[in-house]
Amino acid sequence: MGKTIEGLLTPLVAIVIAVLIGAGVMLVTGHNPLTAYGALFTGAFGSAVDFSNTLASAVPLILSGLGVAIAFKAGLFNIGAEGQYWIGSMAAVWIGYSVSGLPPLLHISLAILVAMLAAGLWAGIVPGLAKAMVGAHEVITTMMMSYIAIFLSHYMLENGPMMQPGFTPQSPVILPSATLGKLMERTQLSWGLAIAVGACLIVYWLLYKTTLGYRLRAVGLNARAANYAGINVPFHLVLALFISGMLAGLAGAVQMLGVQHRLYDSFSSGYGFTAIVVALLANNNPFGVILASIFFAALSTGGQSMQLVSGVPANLTDVISGIIIFLVASKDIGQIVQKRWRKSQTLAPVKEA
Amino acid sequence: MLWDALTRPDLWASTLAMATPIALPALGGTFSERSGVVNIAMEGIMLIGAFFGVLFAYYTNSAWLGLVGALLMGAFISALFAYVTVNLGADQVIVGMGVNIFAAGLTAFLLNTIFGYGGTPRETPALPNLTIPGINHLPFVGPILGSQNVVVYLMLMLVIGSHYFLFHTNLGLRIRAVGENPQAADTAGLNVKGLRYLGVIIGGMLSSLGGVYLALGLLNSFEVNMSGGRGYIALAAMIFGKWTPFGSLGAALLFGFAMALSMALQGGGVSSNIIQMLPYALTILALTGLVGRSTAPAADGVPYNPHN
Repeated sequence: MGKTIEGLLTPLVAIVIAVLIGAGVMLVTGHNPLTAYGALFTGAFGSAVDFSNTLASAVPLILSGLGVAIAFKAGLFNIGAEGQYWIGSMAAVWIGYSVSGLPPLLHISLAILVAMLAAGLWAGIVPGLAKAMVGAHEVITTMMMSYIAIFLSHYMLENGPMMQPGFTPQSPVILPSATLGKLMERTQLSWGLAIAVGACLIVYWLLYKTTLGYRLRAVGLNARAANYAGINVPFHLVLALFISGMLAGLAGAVQMLGVQHRLYDSFSSGYGFTAIVVALLANNNPFGVILASIFFAALSTGGQSMQLVSGVPANLTDVISGIIIFLVASKDIGQIVQKRWRKSQTLAPVKEA
Repeated sequence: MLWDALTRPDLWASTLAMATPIALPALGGTFSERSGVVNIAMEGIMLIGAFFGVLFAYYTNSAWLGLVGALLMGAFISALFAYVTVNLGADQVIVGMGVNIFAAGLTAFLLNTIFGYGGTPRETPALPNLTIPGINHLPFVGPILGSQNVVVYLMLMLVIGSHYFLFHTNLGLRIRAVGENPQAADTAGLNVKGLRYLGVIIGGMLSSLGGVYLALGLLNSFEVNMSGGRGYIALAAMIFGKWTPFGSLGAALLFGFAMALSMALQGGGVSSNIIQMLPYALTILALTGLVGRSTAPAADGVPYNPHN
């Protein structure tokens, strides 16, 4: 229990400080922080529809955030969740429109399975093997693979096999049998939420209740010790990136089958990068990932109504996210300030003497 | 079609122009990482440089003062980055990511707050194009090297200067020493933290200059996320260039060439998207040792704590 509170303290303090800095920025630029944050909160949670939409945008964050978190647990920084999301999206949409005649449950399962496999291999084969065999840093390789994935999707949609005839570069719409049903009408909330929560439970079980999870965490805590204990470190590094990629791919699949229903040409979904912030704020705890995802989803859905109502540009929410990362990353900041203060207290009399 | 494009000087002129905003942050990353601090924040620092370059240039009515202001802001944000990573020992990759998200949000927020939603003013002064008298009349070479933006020439001089500084001066040797073996450097009496600050701040100013080139040299305005991933390509260029100034320039030229070629060949059969994947694919090959093995400075990314 005490550990849980401690785990919650750092992110909460970081959020409070960042929100206060945001309020300061609003004051300086001549806005009323109470009106602005009020509008943000109402926009994110004010009605059942708003809340559902916030939960809907939390779904891809939860899934890709879980992916980043599980890699972190194994000591790997998967910065390429964005690209794995794109691979998953492409695969899911492709199965969604090209395979016909399947009953819905089978069609959806097939699309999700292929998406997870494709994205898992995307992360596991090149960055995973490069890390395990020659020690190439996964931060760089996953990032590079991410850009390759995004250009691949441009190619597929602009002049490749997934191009829909017409002027707008986009894929065909998926068939009704591949569409995830809505949890709430007139909102974007689909059964993807259940999949995301289920994934959290499975990841928790995997990490803390299985030998495999124990080994992954052992590799993350101290790869050399894990090696001496007889754990096959290279294998677990590849596997961690594979699972991490699968989860980011699942995020893409759920977003395609549940919300977008087709793939649009764009430079970034943004989910893959926010996923890193989510995992960081959650301290890689699977349930923390849910809370952190709802928080960032609320910032983005609420940010829009903040801009409409109070005139504060919605980009301020990105400033707040950036500050949160700074603060969480330098979590010793509180301890250091405290130590300095104590030191100056004890040194003061000596100086006087 | 391909041969046609290759023999026209504009392809090579635009290669140089496209390489510049990659070479500068790659050079910046080189300084930071040579001192032992992993820096993936070039993307964000470029945005800071681009925005504040336009802001200062507009309000002082001088592009050069805009450049100076942008460099100072680049130095400031890098000093902040250095404080959190060098002094507090925070994870350098995570904080770098934080800088990128923060900078993208801050510059977009300030753009909308200060200039409104219509973009930056058109009357913002721009950095001039230079015409080099001797060279600009030469056949073929003239159109490539004879008339480019002043920042392009600045970049070429900075690459040469950085090589000399890092590999032929005492201070350069010291910066590299704390990046390879901080314990030994500390024992020899070097100020490890101070030198890392220096590496990070010089790096930040160079990245910032890359942003200034985009905003005041090429477009004459600031646009949201105008760095467009160049900070990440620069990271690739730095690695592909094996953490050296000339290597970074060479890789930036190669990547710039890939971009220029993909634009020249647009609609010509070869997909530009496929060509644009090349820099990233080459970097992975370089890291895995398939195309000339790249190895980072030994203490790159490891915070230095003298007590353990």
